[in-house]
Amino acid sequence: MGLSGLSLEQAPPILVPLRFFLTAPLFLLLAALLLLAVGPAIFVSRWSPPLLALTHLFTLGFMAMVMMGALLQMLPVLAGSPVSQPRLVAGLVHSPLVGGVLLLGSGFLSGRPLLFQLAVVALASSFLVFIAAVARSLLRVPARNATVVAMRYAVAALAVTVTLGLTLGSAFGWQLSLPLLSLTDLHASWGLLGWVSLLMIGVAYQVVPMFQLTPAYPRPFTRWLVGGLFALLLLWSAGAWFGGWFALPAVSGLMLGLVLFGATTLYLQTQGKRRRPDVSVQFWRVGMTAMLAAAALWIAGWLLPALQNHEAYPVVLGILFIFGFAVSAINGMLYKIVPFLVWFHLFSRKDRKGGVPNMKEIIPDQAARRHLFLHLAALLLILAGVAWPVPLVYPAALALGLSAVLLGANLWGAYRVYREHISKRS
Amino acid sequence: METISSYLAHDHRRCDEIFAQAEEAAAKGDWQAAGRDFAQFAAAVRHHFNMEEQVMFPAFEQATGNTMGPTRMMRMEHEQMRELFDQMAQTVRARDAAGYAGIAETLLVLMQQHNLKEENVLYPMSDQVLGARQDEVIGGMAAIEEEVAA
Repeated sequence: MGLSGLSLEQAPPILVPLRFFLTAPLFLLLAALLLLAVGPAIFVSRWSPPLLALTHLFTLGFMAMVMMGALLQMLPVLAGSPVSQPRLVAGLVHSPLVGGVLLLGSGFLSGRPLLFQLAVVALASSFLVFIAAVARSLLRVPARNATVVAMRYAVAALAVTVTLGLTLGSAFGWQLSLPLLSLTDLHASWGLLGWVSLLMIGVAYQVVPMFQLTPAYPRPFTRWLVGGLFALLLLWSAGAWFGGWFALPAVSGLMLGLVLFGATTLYLQTQGKRRRPDVSVQFWRVGMTAMLAAAALWIAGWLLPALQNHEAYPVVLGILFIFGFAVSAINGMLYKIVPFLVWFHLFSRKDRKGGVPNMKEIIPDQAARRHLFLHLAALLLILAGVAWPVPLVYPAALALGLSAVLLGANLWGAYRVYREHISKRS
Repeated sequence: METISSYLAHDHRRCDEIFAQAEEAAAKGDWQAAGRDFAQFAAAVRHHFNMEEQVMFPAFEQATGNTMGPTRMMRMEHEQMRELFDQMAQTVRARDAAGYAGIAETLLVLMQQHNLKEENVLYPMSDQVLGARQDEVIGGMAAIEEEVAA
């Protein structure tokens, strides 16, 4: 009977998820350094190689890193279905991911095919192991739970995104002649609107009511939204690839779905029984607002073609969605998951004597709030940096770098608390 | 028509409500209200545990013939939560707002995960397994009295 997860024997060892969470801030820092090194030229066009490198530092180095670590941790609890051999799986996923992202970034920056070739191999192996391990867990569980269903769709979307990404990487690595623009559009859409969005939605169904004691998401939502979005994504892809009139309505449907999700989440948050401003909640509010802003911008672009044709348009959309929405929401989650994991592993020890530091002693509120402030500053500066690259790229890079350092310090601080207490016998 | 699931899930929501009230009072430094609200919260949750441990779990275990399954895990988690209540009570006595906030946050995550597992898995199973004896089980739970803290 699948009710594992919270007992120490069945939860994965703490470093299984934690290695992912502890590495992620380093990639944010690298992104900041890249921004600093390249300077104002980076935002010139969405196709500029440094911008592609930067994008993947965010999407793979930070976002995928955390999301994959979180799934390896959450599946036992949510699905009652642990990943088998968690330490081995974690190692086989994490190390090639780190190597792959660094190789991919270097590939974009240098243009050398060998780097792309190695990146493709590394990333392929990492994702293959991850998807296989997670899919096994997800398929074993009866789909009782809207979050589990969402995770299945999200992982399917990940598989599509990765396949497209590996194809593109191979095109660069082995000089293949492929329709790069179409493939990139598909890759970005499946990644952001598929993998990222569907997983976020699924997770939100549990954590928004959980952390703020809000009402549950409405039933029609939890039954239809994720599957509907997935179907629309398929429809749009067919339209975009083969050329069909239904591409535009499909994308509109996707935007509408995301807007509904963002607005509903913000609304539910106002209905929470817990009224105290909580750093995680505030990160989520920023995230939902950014997502709504991205959707509004998309709609504006559709209504005003001149806007849509502006070089900066996709860049701003990307920043809003990736950094504004995804990174914000992920930060919010990290400030709950990491302290709780440390507490739980310390508390559940069989030979424990006496008390254990609580979550707010593991990561103090003040420290998290400082990060929130810098994260917001970075977001606003990066956005402004697109409009006025010449002075603003540098303070943007600085703010991003500082926010990465703060996040890293907070998370590594939590790990230090764990290390200090785990060796205590009384 | 009340099922075991709906009866117990409703009680989860009731406990959540009082939890939030107590947390708010402690955060504001209103220790009179916090003391009162926390006592009410602890009593409500202990009452919920008693309903499960004294009525529902035994009925479930008898019907499935399994005491080492999900109910064992839930009992263990109840123990963990009881320990956190004791710690919280100490922070109320010591008027330690930061301490209360930290333990409350931790308890919240622990409790919510626990409730999730019950509501998603154990309660639906109980509805199935104990369906025929539903009214009897609910009646048994309703008869458990809430202990007012001294």
